Amino acid sequence: MSAPRIGVVTFPGSLDDSDARRAVRLAGGAPVALWHGDHDLHGVDAIVLPGGFSYGDYLRAGAIAARAPIMTDILDAAGKGMPVLGICNGFQMLVEAHLLPGGLIRNAHQQFIRRDQRLRVENADTAWTSGFSTDQEIVIPLKNGDGGYIADDETLDRIEGEGQVAFRYVGVNPNGSLRDIAGVTNARGNVVGLMPHPEHAVEPGFGPDTAAAMRSGEDGRVFFASAITAVLQSA
Amino acid sequence: MPTIVVDVMPKAELLDPQGKAVTGALARLGVEDFSAVRMGKRFELTVDGDVTEDVLATARRIADEILSNSVIEDVVEISVVESSVAE
Repeated sequence: MSAPRIGVVTFPGSLDDSDARRAVRLAGGAPVALWHGDHDLHGVDAIVLPGGFSYGDYLRAGAIAARAPIMTDILDAAGKGMPVLGICNGFQMLVEAHLLPGGLIRNAHQQFIRRDQRLRVENADTAWTSGFSTDQEIVIPLKNGDGGYIADDETLDRIEGEGQVAFRYVGVNPNGSLRDIAGVTNARGNVVGLMPHPEHAVEPGFGPDTAAAMRSGEDGRVFFASAITAVLQSA
Repeated sequence: MPTIVVDVMPKAELLDPQGKAVTGALARLGVEDFSAVRMGKRFELTVDGDVTEDVLATARRIADEILSNSVIEDVVEISVVESSVAE
């Protein structure tokens, strides 16, 4: 089988779409540029909703993009099990589209924050995390203004109990997210969203610092490699 | 033309970082009469014609489905005002 085709949707105000396509390519996939105004997924095997500030974060972050034409097609595909990853603004779109539980609000300290962030992988059984092991700690960049994850206590208890917390912040909780939640998955494990940016840690020289060398971190590549594996296994 | 006003507030039990920041600013300015500030959104929907029951129903629907996110916010009021805004 040829390399799995992973679509990256560009919305008005997307910033990290080209980085996401590059990450797909470096992980061994074939990146496909998708457009928010189309009703056409171009036969892709998986989808990434990239980071940025779609529609200037007006109304609520991700709220207007979540109602874009292509989102109806993505909801349909996700319902059939297609892997979908939402990064930062993409995560905000997935909660606004009710594909993932909870919501994201302004950082508790009101500041935009950018740092290399340590995370713990809580669920290594999703389409986007199978290359990790449970409780593995990884470091990828974080950069957001509206990254505070919230939900009511009942929802938090439920998603914790059912393994839907995919990632937690370790060391520093950078935005006031409840229970240190950095990312979540749907019950089926094909839809994953997180605030930090795996696509910015895929290539030595441009990732977070590690003990081995400056800028050498490439933990983010595993997200895309995991999805490629998931697609190949289901083919 | 009549206007339908939709008021949306962050859920009372959840953190409101913006309101908290304003509360802090008031304290620094020496304003001591208010112990807390909560900050929400006001939408003004202009109606061309009469505000019929159907139009109101549509306003209620979009208030719930688009203007607010029930996970983090509540629609606290939907009201109709007759505005005399210049044409």
